[in-house]
Amino acid sequence: MAQSLLKAEHIKISFGNVHALTDVSLEIQPGEIHCLAGENGCGKSTLIKIISGVYQRDGGTIEFDGKQLDKITPIDSINLGIQVIYQDFSLFPNLTVAENLALNTEVASKKQLVSWKNVRKIAEEAVSRIHFDVDLDRKVESLTVAQKQMVAISRALMFNARLIIMDEPTTALTKKEVDALFQIILQLKQQGIAILFISHKLNEVFEISERFTIFRNGELVATGNTKELDDKKFTFYMTGREFADSKFTPKKLSDAPVMELKDLTLNGSFEQVSFSLRGGEILGITGLLDSGRTELALSMFGIRPADSGQIIRGGKPVRIGNPRDAIENRIGLVPEDRLSEGLFLQRSIGDNIIISEIDRLTKGKGIYDLEKRDREIERWVKELEIKTGNPDNPVTTLSGGNQQRIVLAKWLACNLDVLILNGPTVGVDIGSKHDIHTILQKLANEGLGVIIISDDLPEVIGNCSRVLVIKSGRIVAEYSSEEVDEKKIIDAMM
Amino acid sequence: MEKMKQLYGKNREVSRLIIIIVLWLIFMMLTQAKKFYTGANFLTMAGQFPEYGLMALGVMLCMITGGIDLSVVGTANMASILAVFLLNGVFGTEGSMPMAFMPMIFLMAVALGIVVGSLNALLISRIKVPPILATLGVNQTLTGLCIVMTGGAAISSFPKEFSDTFSGALFGILPWRLVVFLVAAVIIWFMLERTTYGTKLRLYGTNPHVAEFSGINTNRLLFKTYISSAVCAALGGLMMLATYSSVRADYGTNYTMQSILIVVLGGVSPNGGKGKLSGVVTAIVLLKLIESGINRFRSVSTYYVTLIWGAVLLLALVLDYMGERPRKA
Amino acid sequence: MDKKVKRLLHSNEPYIFLIILVFGIAVQIKSGQFFTGNNIVDLLSALIVPGLFAIGEFLALIAGGIDVSFPALASLAAYATTKLLLDMDYEGNVVAAFAIAILIGAVFGAVNGFFIGYLNLNAMIVTLGTSSIFQGIMQGTLRAQQLSAIPPGMKNFGTTAFIVAQNRQSGITSVLPYTFLILGAVFLIIAFMLRYTIFGRGIYALGGNPISAHAAGFHVKRTKFLMYIIIGVIASMSGICRVCMMQQMHPTNMLGMEMNIIAGVVLGGVALTGGAGTMIGCMLGTFLIVMVQNSMILLGIPTTWSNVFVGLVIVAGVAISAYQSNRSAKQAGRHAKEAA
Repeated sequence: MAQSLLKAEHIKISFGNVHALTDVSLEIQPGEIHCLAGENGCGKSTLIKIISGVYQRDGGTIEFDGKQLDKITPIDSINLGIQVIYQDFSLFPNLTVAENLALNTEVASKKQLVSWKNVRKIAEEAVSRIHFDVDLDRKVESLTVAQKQMVAISRALMFNARLIIMDEPTTALTKKEVDALFQIILQLKQQGIAILFISHKLNEVFEISERFTIFRNGELVATGNTKELDDKKFTFYMTGREFADSKFTPKKLSDAPVMELKDLTLNGSFEQVSFSLRGGEILGITGLLDSGRTELALSMFGIRPADSGQIIRGGKPVRIGNPRDAIENRIGLVPEDRLSEGLFLQRSIGDNIIISEIDRLTKGKGIYDLEKRDREIERWVKELEIKTGNPDNPVTTLSGGNQQRIVLAKWLACNLDVLILNGPTVGVDIGSKHDIHTILQKLANEGLGVIIISDDLPEVIGNCSRVLVIKSGRIVAEYSSEEVDEKKIIDAMM
Repeated sequence: MEKMKQLYGKNREVSRLIIIIVLWLIFMMLTQAKKFYTGANFLTMAGQFPEYGLMALGVMLCMITGGIDLSVVGTANMASILAVFLLNGVFGTEGSMPMAFMPMIFLMAVALGIVVGSLNALLISRIKVPPILATLGVNQTLTGLCIVMTGGAAISSFPKEFSDTFSGALFGILPWRLVVFLVAAVIIWFMLERTTYGTKLRLYGTNPHVAEFSGINTNRLLFKTYISSAVCAALGGLMMLATYSSVRADYGTNYTMQSILIVVLGGVSPNGGKGKLSGVVTAIVLLKLIESGINRFRSVSTYYVTLIWGAVLLLALVLDYMGERPRKA
Repeated sequence: MDKKVKRLLHSNEPYIFLIILVFGIAVQIKSGQFFTGNNIVDLLSALIVPGLFAIGEFLALIAGGIDVSFPALASLAAYATTKLLLDMDYEGNVVAAFAIAILIGAVFGAVNGFFIGYLNLNAMIVTLGTSSIFQGIMQGTLRAQQLSAIPPGMKNFGTTAFIVAQNRQSGITSVLPYTFLILGAVFLIIAFMLRYTIFGRGIYALGGNPISAHAAGFHVKRTKFLMYIIIGVIASMSGICRVCMMQQMHPTNMLGMEMNIIAGVVLGGVALTGGAGTMIGCMLGTFLIVMVQNSMILLGIPTTWSNVFVGLVIVAGVAISAYQSNRSAKQAGRHAKEAA
């Protein structure tokens, strides 16, 4: 085998008393696509920060291109040809594409003046390497996520990159955009650039990578050729647990629908959406990122009230003009972006759990019943097995899976009939994902009507008793759990 | 000792202010004990701070939402001028006001607060104008109207029963203005700590977007907050009327900055989500003690007061900075 | 070409310009005096001091900060300079005044810059505190009082006409003093700095994304520090201009201007959140407020109403621009979607 590009062995690092990495190793060959996987908190990002010079390791060796590296600073790392593309892309939203591309070079040149001609030249060169067609004078804030990512990739390529590290690059992309990204990755490979691709989406790992490495709890658990990996093994490596395949069959279906939609329309987003939901069933709605699925969720919850059509609860049409109307009608929404829409991160676990039912925790006239509040918090922490020492701690102290449980607890505390979940397990590791699915199935079996909106097809297929496919704002297909499979859904949503 | 430490850790802002207060009191004891430690001096102080203290209470509520209220001084002056217009309109400039009329003046102030607060809240919640600009514009408009109403001059002939009463003291010892402040402070404390409003307010300040997704009626919350602020400011205006026994469009122009300073000093984060009444009240007391203390020194210009306030604010910030710096980068 | 027009229509400046124009025409119809040489000269002359302040505030806002201390800083610098020159019986020209004031402004600007840049403290609170301190130094330490005579060099500079305009109807002449050139020069220098220097781009980068700015190799702390020094320098120059033009030094009558200046800059399309806005917009917004303040007489409205009108302009202006940016944000979302 040829000499490896990067060889990190027995890396250790601790912060205070916490051992973030106890013993991990990673080896990347020149020009290969390597996938690094692991659950949240397994040490993936810590290792990347060591490689890129943000953290200094406490032990272990790193070789790049055969050369032993003692201490790595961020500048060293860039000079070696290592580029990291973080999830937020580190772009300047208020500047043009051209400037975003050229700024680093301009600053590094130590010149005091900006030559706009030069900026343009640099930018044109940068985008031409991946044949990225974009108006260089547009401000970055007006680009789509995928376009922003292309800008970030173009920028990374300008530094004679030999290893590009992409931190969960597909999270906010549509299927089409993911395909386009993969094309680019293959192009880069042909140019001899190695890619370290961080993901915990199984299908992506299989599709794009040649080799893989998996960490768990700061240790290396497996590394090898992707061909030798399968579904079960992957899950086991990631979690250390085995899960049985299951499909959900409703046990306690209500006779009458708990909620019906009749020709619900939000101009420009979705049109004439009709369906009915019965208590005890889990209805899946799936579609591409821009299919209108998120807007549908927001309309049912009153954030973006529908322009026409009806939402019917218990046989009567109700008006849902804002989230309060929705909650009054016993409809809750677990939003897409847990961090910016679902949780008050700096606030206590307790406050986050009770905030939506807070008006019921009173002795009348808005006077807070603190005992009742504490009882509620205790109840839900127990019920959803939220792992915390003290519910007064801020939510930031919890893992992604536990945070998602808090969002669930918040809605369950409101005594709902209908719970809508938009991307319920995005960014949640496999173990917690499984637990959340178990909770949802249990809730459905207790009579709750659940709607899961997701593009994670195994999630939809494994948990829903019925699946609707939405495409360009219209419902185009409906499958029962017996007839559904991934191929049918993909055909319908494309 | 351990308990003290815990208490300090839990209420860092308040504890820090109390330490500064104690140091200042010791300093005053050593230098100006005779002039400073007199009953009369403390009574004067207790009578003076409520006017801007009330404004600071309102600004505090707004700042917890992540906003600010710059219209407090305009509202206060409008309240006092309206009160004078009301008195002169009903009883004539030379007339006298029966005590039974007193509640009318307070009612008028509250009504004004509701109008101004609703206007602020409307701009902020419905039209999404940044609070700093909305309240600034409203303040300018109110001040402008005050100038128009008074022609820019001071008015000092009106029935004086109101100002005479409120510049006096209850049982000859408890200044009436202090009583008004305490009542307002207790009501606000109750709202913050014993009703759901307080929790909602702080959560909204932490992240308004999540608040919307959680079903909090954010518009109502903002209306309640800005109305409370404006009502406090209007009451502050009535206290100013009592102090000066006259009204003018540009009384108390320093109070805007002063009340923001107090609120920040009291540990309310300008980014919202954080803040306690105890901190703000302590900050009010501290500022008054410093101001009054400095005035005891003949040779020191009273203008040093602002310098010291600014220095105290920066000192508090720097202390915060040193305390919060992570050990390992 | 088409793209450029579209971009222009999405920006704030044309609308502000339109409002200024409409307002001007309204005043013209009412008084017949708006588009006269002397009125325009009067307005430009009234723009000098607020205009300079606005440029400083513009820098602070672009970098994602804010400055409320500049009126106090300007008063302090201008007072100290004037007093010093008077005590020296200085007879020379105005250059010395600017040199001293700039030095003082730089020192106090550095104080702001140190706390905001190097200690990374909240700009609003820091400048609130330093504003108090500057005032305290001026009125406490220096015992500032009104100076009704100013050094001859400053007096000449403030009265010598750069442009004289006479109104043929009324015979009133208006003078645009040389201080206007200061505004022009500062405008051009800062515009050049923002557009063509790495430092200037760093200010924009900082307002857009401070973390990335650091990662891109900018010295974030130093950039902020230097920027607040520049703001201090501009403010002190503005203070001197004011003294020269008023022919006297009043220590407190600039205090309280900060809020109207901020309002003007924001009306011109500069975002309070940092990163977005242009110098032209900043000037237009400031001009709008100056214009409203100074057109009361022409409109036949008693000057006591001036505050009411300025207040209403601020309320209406910010409401309209907030409404617009809400709408365009929604549209941007839709466009992004269509592109995808």
